[in-house]
Amino acid sequence: MTDLASTEAAGVALSETDDSTARLHRNLFIAIAAVLVVAPFVAYPVFVMKVLCFALFALAFNLLLGYGGLLSFGHAAYFGMASYVSAYTAKNWGLTPELAILFGTAVGAVLGLVFGALAIRRQGIYFAMITLALAQMVFFFSLQTPRFTGGEDGIQAVPRGKFLGLISLADDRALYWLVAAIFMGGLLAIYRIIHSPFGQVCKAIRDNEPRAISLGYRANRYKLMVFVLSATLAGLAGATKAIVFQLASLTDVYWTMSGEVVLMTLVGGLGTVFGPIVGALVIVAMQNYLATLGAWVTVVQGGIFVLCVLLFREGIVGVIAKAIKKPL
Amino acid sequence: MKLKTILATTALATLMAAPALAQQISIKAGVLNDRSGLYADLAGEGSVIAARMAVEDFKAADKGIKVEVVSADHQNKPDVGSTIARQWYDQDGVDLILDVPTSSVALAVSQITKEKNKVHINSGAGSSDLTGKACNANTIHWTYDTYALAQGTGGAMVKAGGDSWFFLTADYAFGHALERDASATVIKNGGKVVGAVRTPFPGTDFSSFLLQAQASKAKVIGLANAGSDTTNAIKQAGEFGIVAGGQKLAGLLVFISDVHALGLQAAQGLVLTESFYWDRDDGTRAWSERFAKLNGGKKPTMVQAGVYSGLLHYLKAVEATKSKDSATVVAKMKEMPTDDPLFGKGSIRPNGRKMHDMYLYEVKKPSESKGPWDYYKQISVLPAEQAFQPLAETGCSLVK
Amino acid sequence: MFELLGVPPQALFGQVLLGLINGSFYAILSLGLAVIFGLLNIINFSHGAQYMMGAFVAWMCLNYLGLNYWAALLLAPIIVGATGVAIERLLLKRIAHLDHLYGLLLTFGLALIIQGLFRNQYGSSGLPYAIPPQLAGGQNLGFMFLPNYRAWVIAASLVVCLGTWFLIEKTKLGAYLRAATENPTLTQAFGINVPLLVTLTYGFGVALAAFAGVLAAPIYSVNPNMGGDLIIVVFAVVVIGGMGSIMGAIVTGFSLGLIEGLTKVFYPEGAATVIFVIMVLVLLVKPAGLFGRAA
Repeated sequence: MTDLASTEAAGVALSETDDSTARLHRNLFIAIAAVLVVAPFVAYPVFVMKVLCFALFALAFNLLLGYGGLLSFGHAAYFGMASYVSAYTAKNWGLTPELAILFGTAVGAVLGLVFGALAIRRQGIYFAMITLALAQMVFFFSLQTPRFTGGEDGIQAVPRGKFLGLISLADDRALYWLVAAIFMGGLLAIYRIIHSPFGQVCKAIRDNEPRAISLGYRANRYKLMVFVLSATLAGLAGATKAIVFQLASLTDVYWTMSGEVVLMTLVGGLGTVFGPIVGALVIVAMQNYLATLGAWVTVVQGGIFVLCVLLFREGIVGVIAKAIKKPL
Repeated sequence: MKLKTILATTALATLMAAPALAQQISIKAGVLNDRSGLYADLAGEGSVIAARMAVEDFKAADKGIKVEVVSADHQNKPDVGSTIARQWYDQDGVDLILDVPTSSVALAVSQITKEKNKVHINSGAGSSDLTGKACNANTIHWTYDTYALAQGTGGAMVKAGGDSWFFLTADYAFGHALERDASATVIKNGGKVVGAVRTPFPGTDFSSFLLQAQASKAKVIGLANAGSDTTNAIKQAGEFGIVAGGQKLAGLLVFISDVHALGLQAAQGLVLTESFYWDRDDGTRAWSERFAKLNGGKKPTMVQAGVYSGLLHYLKAVEATKSKDSATVVAKMKEMPTDDPLFGKGSIRPNGRKMHDMYLYEVKKPSESKGPWDYYKQISVLPAEQAFQPLAETGCSLVK
Repeated sequence: MFELLGVPPQALFGQVLLGLINGSFYAILSLGLAVIFGLLNIINFSHGAQYMMGAFVAWMCLNYLGLNYWAALLLAPIIVGATGVAIERLLLKRIAHLDHLYGLLLTFGLALIIQGLFRNQYGSSGLPYAIPPQLAGGQNLGFMFLPNYRAWVIAASLVVCLGTWFLIEKTKLGAYLRAATENPTLTQAFGINVPLLVTLTYGFGVALAAFAGVLAAPIYSVNPNMGGDLIIVVFAVVVIGGMGSIMGAIVTGFSLGLIEGLTKVFYPEGAATVIFVIMVLVLLVKPAGLFGRAA
């Protein structure tokens, strides 16, 4: 059984959410909201939106790995497919951005349901490999259906459109508020899921599946559920990204994208609520600001991977959580 | 940072409002390409070197134009490329973006360039859509496109007697487009296509497909693929004695860096089309010599040469108009004939297509080569008007 | 002359043979992965990068040291294997007590580093490497032209695969190895140096990857990305065969090469996907793979 998160992550069981922790988390949410409000005036809005999309993606991934104990190596499939669908419907069907995003998310969810049903029957490494293989099939599908995906050119020049058909999102700032709202919604949803009775059962299964089963829980149902939730949120992130960048491309469904999201989660802190956000910020910033380094980018990325596994298995937020002895 | 933007915009506004100050135009050129992946050798740092050489040769400083060259790696990812492009235009005051190989990134950057009303001179990407259905008034496509490559290799091969073709086509839109354009040319010139096989992309082993091509008895095997697919196919064709058996290999998208990677032993006899070869005349030789000194001994590819030539022409237009307003400069670029030692005399069409001759080359045998980088012998010249897609057929909205 | 589904039988023989040759690469690579997984419980994600290193070391041997293909065939696995030993001692050892998913992540990071370094040094379009003169040319088998080099590949890989199988299943050293896989603590108690065994096993697995790399150098493009995509396919092969099963890896490697070869004739578009489809199907029916024991 995979006990990745339980032994290595924050070190404090999240279930023991006492009052002071709840207060801390509430304050953190307020702080995040405040940062979101200030961010577009301080930093470049498109960059912040990119961070938010990837942060949501990493949060979704972390829901599955950190709280479901399932390492998926194929999360690019839901992210990328949703991004294609959202781009396609916005461009070719003329859907408004919120509908296009919803549509993309729904496709992510359905894909998650199908793949999840296949994958959760296996555990550990086999689970990782099945998700990888299924994601590869999605990649080949995308490559082979240029009518839908635009092949290797991707779907370009996706209109940002008008929110609810009324407010034009062509301006970066206007779009930013929508993206920030989606991100905040996703974060709150994940927080609710983790702290709901459903989330508690998921953690129980993660920590000791036979025991959870013997207590009468249908482990596979819970696993499938958390898988679908994760895929849905990954889809939401991908669909939003398509509108922000006005494109959807093969990069989003390639297996390296699945690797990147693992990296973000690992750097930020596996099994912590807020870790993936920090991880996404670090990795996206690195990709952006180290872009002049050329080939060294991959070397630096690989180095961070290795260092994280060797020295900082808790990730940045995990280390902080340990220091203040509170789950984050 | 906000303050900086305000300052910059104010400065810019003042600059535009006061033509008297135009003597001190300062230009920021961004070279955006692949510096770490598949196309790092054919573009990469070499394109940055080429851009700096253009600034130097133009003697910008003497003409009161200050030029700064910046560069970044788009990692062949459209989202990375488009973020950098937006940031360059919005925040860093970049005026034009050069190079941008990989069609998906190029199309995205071209789109953003139009939105932000800047200039994009593309050298690295192949998609003929850039001056076709995705064309815009801010983008100029400099060095080559898939249509011209197919015309060059397809048409000239048939005229040289290679009238029956079998295609190995990488199974994605780009490969299909290459095959479609090349087949049309082959048929138009009186040849025939006896078969084609779609190979999974990316592929490592092509022996099975080569065997099918061999069995087809076609005189020419057209390689409608790129990058390591092409080098793998050529390497294995040598192994199976395809060229020795009398069939010709025609590469529809092969760069000199690929030939260098293969070595002459494997690549000999391959026929390909390029718009630039370092050893063509004294002008190209002299320039390439200087380039190679700066680039670790590696001779320039046509993509790198195109970055040089494109930036040079842009700077000439800036000098002539004493402005860096995108519309003014691009209009001037299209109006002025182009002339430089690398591509000779040429012009730019209304749709942004740079016109110059294309050359059909055959890769030398090891015994014919005098040393490293002495790789090509010229078979024929394809005049620009024949090489590039007729304006009316491009489907570009700028052409009325 | 009769035809089978529109393909003349001669052509089919040729394709089957070619499929087997490609299968040789899958077999050696998946064998290395299986050996490593068997003892270390680590999915070696850097296997593709180490395969690439093998090909590059062969090139370096030729260009820096003037050593030919045959010397490289011996030297490259030793050199790359030695780097593997270093990686095990310095890095993998530290995470041995953790969940094996961490091994996957660590080696994934290593693969990025190795590929990045080679790309910095040698660019990405590749390096030339010629077929050794002794193996140039080929035989006309009537139904196809078989290059001598391909015949050599299949022979060499068969020898290496069966040799490895023999070593692990039939010798005393192999018995220790299997014992250590089964119960490391107990094996250690019997006076066998298990940590050393683990280190050497990783080195051996990596050496196998490098051997495949040298075999590939004359016929595939030698570039830093050559192992990146291949490794995903090889993972699938290992999973289908059953993780950790030696014979499973060998047999599956060859048979999947064959199946892929046939797909290239009848439905070339699907050749890249067919292995993944098979993998999903197999795992649904036999969770531990064709030759694996249920966990």
